[in-house]
Amino acid sequence: MSASTVAFAPPGPGTPSQAHDPYRLGRGSGSEDESTGHGAGGPSPKSIVVGFGFWIFILADIITFSTLFAAYGVLKDATAGGPTGAELFDRGSAALETTCLLLSSVACGLAMVALRMRSRFWFQFAMLATAVLGASFLSLEAREFAGLVSQGAGPGRSAFLSAFFTLVGCHGVHVTIGLLWLLTMMAQVAAKGFRADIVRRTTCWSLFWHALDIVWVGVFTVVYLMGLSA
Amino acid sequence: MLGKLSLAAIPLDQPIPLAAGALVGVVLLCILGWIVLAGHLPYVWREWITSVDHKRIGIMYVIFALVMLLRGFTDAMMMRSQQALAFDAPGYLPPEHYNQIFSAHGTIMIFFVAMPFMIGLMNFVLPLQLGVRDVAFPTLNSVSFWLTCTGALLVNMSLVIGEFQRTGWLPYPPLSEITYSPGVGVDYWLWALSISGVGTLMTGVNFVTTILKMRAPGMSYLRMPMFCWTALATNLLIVAAFPILTAVSAMLILDRYLGFQFFTDTAGGNSMLFMSLIWAWGHPEVYILILPAFGIFSEVVSTFSGKPLFGYRSMVLATMAICMLAFMVWLHHFFTMGAGADVNGVFGIMSMVIAVPTGVKIFNWLFTMYGGSVRMSAAMLWSIGFMLTFVIGGMTGVLLAIPPVDFVMHNSTFLVAHFHNVIIGGVLFGAFAGYTYWFPKAFGFRLHEGWGKAAFWCWQIGFWLAFGPLYVTGLDGMTRRLQHYDVAEWRPWLLVALLGAITILAGIACQVVQLVVSIRHRDALRDMTGDPWDGRSLEWSTASPPPTFNFAVLPDVHGEEPYWSVKERARGQHTLPAAPHYEAIEVPHNSPTGFVCAFFATLIGFAMIWHIWWMAITGLVGAYATFVVFAWRDRTEDEIPAARVAEIDAANRRARNEALREMEYAS
Repeated sequence: MSASTVAFAPPGPGTPSQAHDPYRLGRGSGSEDESTGHGAGGPSPKSIVVGFGFWIFILADIITFSTLFAAYGVLKDATAGGPTGAELFDRGSAALETTCLLLSSVACGLAMVALRMRSRFWFQFAMLATAVLGASFLSLEAREFAGLVSQGAGPGRSAFLSAFFTLVGCHGVHVTIGLLWLLTMMAQVAAKGFRADIVRRTTCWSLFWHALDIVWVGVFTVVYLMGLSA
Repeated sequence: MLGKLSLAAIPLDQPIPLAAGALVGVVLLCILGWIVLAGHLPYVWREWITSVDHKRIGIMYVIFALVMLLRGFTDAMMMRSQQALAFDAPGYLPPEHYNQIFSAHGTIMIFFVAMPFMIGLMNFVLPLQLGVRDVAFPTLNSVSFWLTCTGALLVNMSLVIGEFQRTGWLPYPPLSEITYSPGVGVDYWLWALSISGVGTLMTGVNFVTTILKMRAPGMSYLRMPMFCWTALATNLLIVAAFPILTAVSAMLILDRYLGFQFFTDTAGGNSMLFMSLIWAWGHPEVYILILPAFGIFSEVVSTFSGKPLFGYRSMVLATMAICMLAFMVWLHHFFTMGAGADVNGVFGIMSMVIAVPTGVKIFNWLFTMYGGSVRMSAAMLWSIGFMLTFVIGGMTGVLLAIPPVDFVMHNSTFLVAHFHNVIIGGVLFGAFAGYTYWFPKAFGFRLHEGWGKAAFWCWQIGFWLAFGPLYVTGLDGMTRRLQHYDVAEWRPWLLVALLGAITILAGIACQVVQLVVSIRHRDALRDMTGDPWDGRSLEWSTASPPPTFNFAVLPDVHGEEPYWSVKERARGQHTLPAAPHYEAIEVPHNSPTGFVCAFFATLIGFAMIWHIWWMAITGLVGAYATFVVFAWRDRTEDEIPAARVAEIDAANRRARNEALREMEYAS
């Protein structure tokens, strides 16, 4: 039998649609199939696929941060005779930054509630509150960085400070990107309303914003609390 | 205005890179001119550059990899000929140029040949094997491809504008720090790899999502073809490893641009931190390359032996075990750091442990062939050649995993021979097997078998001639990256190695001829059935080349080898299943987002390399604007009406019906 003579048509279903049979295979719920392993239900709907993909991206982003955490952990005592964390960090400023960011996450959560209720006014209001709190966080961080540089404790002073500025700064860059994204989403909802793809995109943004909070909890603990108590 | 860029950046005193650059420029202009003058530009723009179809993107990836293979191989020929000449002599390549060549060779071969080749094959095959219509994020897929092109463009620009790095394929500090490498060479590497690395990460995210969330109904995890499993493992590794590359590149960029102290070895900086982090990416990278090749061999061996893959579940386990172990061995790249006997011992043992799942795979392939009716096609030759070559490469790897041995062999040509043994004998042979195997699926006609076999033999023999001697010189104490040497005993071996490189050149020539001959005789090589090799997985159930939507109706999967069981059923019933009920299909709308985004990324990369800040800001604003424009679009999908779907599928069914009739007459 030659290779070219054994090719037949692809499998062909063709029974009418059923509520639990999105791919019309005539299998009811699909669960009585003899399949081994899991995940025999066919392609997921777009809302699941987009959210899932963005979760994978967030995991990758967290690995970026964990690399910076690792570098910070290795270099935190490499002060080269310069100032240490305990001498530089200001507990009050860090607490204020944390408060701003955590409150922004609450506001972000409220924005998502408004999104679900399809309330344009409350959505925009909560998004604006998130933006203001995020921007306050950034300005506090910028003030802290400027203060450090002005006392001669810039990133070039020691490997410890290089790692500090990179870790905290990378989080700050993420918040900046998040803010830009936030404003874009506000504009998009204003222009186009709660279209399905815009809702998906806004959901991804909220995942991003909350993930930055989780990273900040790590930064606050490892850099500020442990640095000040050392 | 132009930062560090001036006319002095063009190496007018060096004829070789200038001539090479001019040649590449002329060829590019000729191709571009032909496309424009022959009026193909609208077609190329509409059907390829802006395409978000995974099949088109996959094909572009593979073409890109093949072109870059020529560039990387040219570097290899230059190194081999330099070492053949430079015994007690300066040779023809000055040291600063030679150093750029070996750095570019490694960078290009890993990032712009091996990776895109594998990603291209995954792109093309995955949705077809999974029985779905596209990847999870089609436009993102296009962005990934074009960002990879940006990276390659930057690396190749360094040929004539400035210089490439001289530090080897990885920019090890402190040599790569601004103090010791003040030129733009390291910056070219950093920006090219950061940008293309983002593209690769996006590919990883995209494919993990595709495999986990988008499979045909009935295709549970343990029914996925082996290539899908290895692709899953590879993309999980990409998602977990590439962020580390991005982060460590960023640290080195900060060191070089803003005077940070990460790896400077001054002010508390620690260059060994770079080694540790770069290899925490770099070792998984090895498995990112080889795992898809393992998947390809699994498909090829099973198809051409006419048998299901032996030990499917053990193969899945072995694949996922390698995926995990990939992250537990990185320290063996710097045993000589002196972490201590205990640490080195642990990592040595972990490295050897990887040989176990790999061995499981080799035995599974052998047992798949055992008792099968093996057809010795070109794809099968690459697979058998791989098994023989790779096992030896694996064994020299186990040798190097013994820390005391590694102290002797570190940085010798023995190491060079080892990793070429696994990368050429594993990754490249796998890529060529996949290229031969899936070519008819992509284009509707087979590659010429005779030239394919000739190419295989040239590569196989050439490989051993080229790298066998390097094992010997390595044992004889020759270190890698030597621009000249004065040890008479090495000379004959290096001459043999040059002969090997020339033999590989003949292999590449055979592949070029094969492609030309196959295209010219495409009517004789045409495959009407869509199933030229008597395949077993779903990609063979659709037409060759597949329609935009891949499957007229989503396949219903009932076993580990879905298409094979369909064929069995049709043979038993002497008829095809009844024509299904067709519905309109939505396919993603084409988008220039990827191309435009890569244009701005190229601006950013080039501007950062040459410190042209205004241009970098322009690029950033442009990239952001591109995303906003994309997000603002109102039309995301095109609809193919049900009648058109039925018409396309009718042609496919007609060809398969004829095949069925033919087979019944024959029996």
